Amino acid sequence: MSDLLKLTEASSLRENPLEFAIGDTVEVHTRILEGDKERIQIFSGIVIARRGDGTRENFTVRRIVAGEGVERTFPVNSPKIAKLVVKRHGRVRRAKLFYLRDRVGKATRLAERRERKQDEE
Amino acid sequence: MPVGLLGRKVGMTQVYNDVGKIVPVTVIELGPCTVLQMRTVDRDGYEAVQIGFADKPRRLASRSERGHVAPLASKRQKSLSAAGVAVLEKAGCEPKKFVREFRTDGEQVDLQVGQELKVDRFAEIKFVDVIGTTKGRGFAGVMKRHNFSGQPAAHGAKKVHRQLGSTGQNTYPGKVMRGKKMPGHYGHSRVTVRHLKVARVDLENNLLLIQGAAPGPTGGYLVVRPSNKYK
Repeated sequence: MSDLLKLTEASSLRENPLEFAIGDTVEVHTRILEGDKERIQIFSGIVIARRGDGTRENFTVRRIVAGEGVERTFPVNSPKIAKLVVKRHGRVRRAKLFYLRDRVGKATRLAERRERKQDEE
Repeated sequence: MPVGLLGRKVGMTQVYNDVGKIVPVTVIELGPCTVLQMRTVDRDGYEAVQIGFADKPRRLASRSERGHVAPLASKRQKSLSAAGVAVLEKAGCEPKKFVREFRTDGEQVDLQVGQELKVDRFAEIKFVDVIGTTKGRGFAGVMKRHNFSGQPAAHGAKKVHRQLGSTGQNTYPGKVMRGKKMPGHYGHSRVTVRHLKVARVDLENNLLLIQGAAPGPTGGYLVVRPSNKYK
């Protein structure tokens, strides 16, 4: 990508990049305008994909609502995302977790990934 | 016609506007341009401002291109000045790759030869017209060129999937109508896209962001002028 395009995008990028990984269970806090009042809505689920680059980068969060799979895609750099909280790291071996779509019930769970301790050589 | 600016298409991307909505934009590197010549009724028969964009290396520029932007010593020039012919005012800049004129018949123009025009001329402007040359498609069929539907892939279609079908009617009119849409050369034509919204002006980097698409490939030259639609 040309430098001039990068310069243009720089103004639309988030100052503090969101930190999360594929397979993480996250809470996405989005700003929602209701009339002229602003409200925060939380969408929580597992990050199953992250794609794109620069201002076009987005990520997909999947959760099960009332037995039905629901996926929402958010632009990473959207100013409407107030906050992103990582609740749990999932142990995954691939970048796209679309295989979760074919799973039901207990099979949709991911094993937890724990940070290895420093003294555990 | 108001004097616009010349530029180069950098590419497309997305930015967020002040309400946090995504806006698809085309980034144009607009200017700086140099005023190369003022066309006058007395000398040229019409009024216009000629401006140039992007320096051309002198080794690639022809002698006439170099002589157009800066005074060149030559025998002809000497003999002309000896005969008392006034030398036209020169911009005194590098030769330019992209040179265009803006007609200014009967308009008040406060520009001088050699003056540098920057994108700040568009700081207050809300809508622009963009003129460029579209991507060449070569000899294209009717589906690409005229958005025909073609024929079915199956249901007995035999080796005829992208053809235009029938071109005429019957005994009357007994001919193919003039102007019938057919395959042919498509693209690489001058196109004006009118009334594109200015999303942002970046004075520091000489960039103009317009909402929507501009004709031509990335790196293609463009003419941008303030829009006069819906005045």
